[in-house]
Amino acid sequence: MIRVELPGNLRTLAGVKGEVQLEVASPVTVRSVLDALEARYPVLRGTIRDRGTLRRRDFMRFFACQRDLSLESTDTALPEAVARGTEPFLVVGAIAGG
Amino acid sequence: MSRVRVLVGTRKGLFIFTADGTRKAWKMTGPLFTGWEIYHAKGSPADPKRIYVSQSRGWFGQMVQRTSDGGKTWEVVDNKFAYDGVPEKHQWYDGTPHPWEFTRVWHFEPSRTDPDVAYAGVEDAAIFKTTDGGKSWAELSGLRTHRTGSQWMPGAGGLCLHTILEDPSNPKRLFVAISAAGTFRSDDGGKTWTTITKGLSSRYIPNPTAEIGHCVHRVALHPSRPNVLFMQKHWDVMRSDNGGDQWTEVSGNLPTDFGFAIDVHAHDPETIYVIPITSDETHYVMDGKLRVYRSKTGGNEWQALSKGLPQKDCYVNVLRDAMSVDTLEKCGVYFGTTGGQLYASADAGNTWKCLAHDLPAVLSVEAQVLK
Repeated sequence: MIRVELPGNLRTLAGVKGEVQLEVASPVTVRSVLDALEARYPVLRGTIRDRGTLRRRDFMRFFACQRDLSLESTDTALPEAVARGTEPFLVVGAIAGG
Repeated sequence: MSRVRVLVGTRKGLFIFTADGTRKAWKMTGPLFTGWEIYHAKGSPADPKRIYVSQSRGWFGQMVQRTSDGGKTWEVVDNKFAYDGVPEKHQWYDGTPHPWEFTRVWHFEPSRTDPDVAYAGVEDAAIFKTTDGGKSWAELSGLRTHRTGSQWMPGAGGLCLHTILEDPSNPKRLFVAISAAGTFRSDDGGKTWTTITKGLSSRYIPNPTAEIGHCVHRVALHPSRPNVLFMQKHWDVMRSDNGGDQWTEVSGNLPTDFGFAIDVHAHDPETIYVIPITSDETHYVMDGKLRVYRSKTGGNEWQALSKGLPQKDCYVNVLRDAMSVDTLEKCGVYFGTTGGQLYASADAGNTWKCLAHDLPAVLSVEAQVLK
């Protein structure tokens, strides 16, 4: 079971509290996790990646196991700990403020 | 008794104000969609229980919220605004070609006759239409592929299509305005478009009277006289008496003719309202005084309206979609500020009351009478 942590705005939009748990077939990649996430919660389409190109939105980041995976290919296998469900896959809104 | 509903889109959510026809006591609901920018929210004239809301954020993109029961329940409808075909390129700020990229919906214009039909004006500039209540959106691409499209250039706020007007006497006639391209008219339901910029003069473009490049901030019309258009341009208040074929300046005695919002009295098509802003360098009202200016002569002769508005130490702006009128017997006028104040007049602007002091910055205001 893959654990996904979403930013607060997207949790509200999807109507979920806490982590989302998803069944994702191996190999577990950014793409396959986001595919499963959007299939379960269609309202999230377009919020993390562009609806047409499927490119990551500029201000969204993907972290796992203390690594920034945002710039990796979306077909790269995620860390084993994420695939096993011992570590969450983090979808993070980039910091902005002032 | 009739009721009035005012939808207030802000930088951090939607607020809904309601009152009975006396407009003395107001109730606020909200914020809804907290933390999201609500560029615009508008109820259907055909069925006010249907409201379309543009909800967006730089991080997460565009959402479209819809209610069919007056706001008791909301549902997310389609957010896919895909340009028709392979998007061409418009000009970027530095004059280089730049591909069309969807950013957000600036304005919804629901049809006057069918609650499932609505138009959306978007950035990068294009117009979309839904005929199924927002479940799907199709571009009316004749506008974006207009022969001048490759010359369109964004203003500082982006290349946004922010004004959509439907001619009440002829639903096939549409008017749109784009910053900073200009104004366009369609007479065939949006298939083909004509520039209507003759008479505009803008000193911030190399050729001030060019066909394209005018930063039109807002256009308004009165339903009884759809051939008469009023425009607040980056600078200049303008008027057309022939559906935009020719424009004439009617800034007259305004202290400054820079501004964003413009609207028309609900019952007198010659009475119009603007809120002058000092200049394009200082986006706040003049001399620390918040004043609405009203012309009862369709322009040129303007009267300052200030009773109930702050007359010292006020430095707010009023954005293009942030003024609206209601259709009660004594026309109500409403506007919201970038400082988060919402003002209302129940006597056509003679006196004003602050309905809310401390909202997030107001992006849009839409008033509607509920029978």
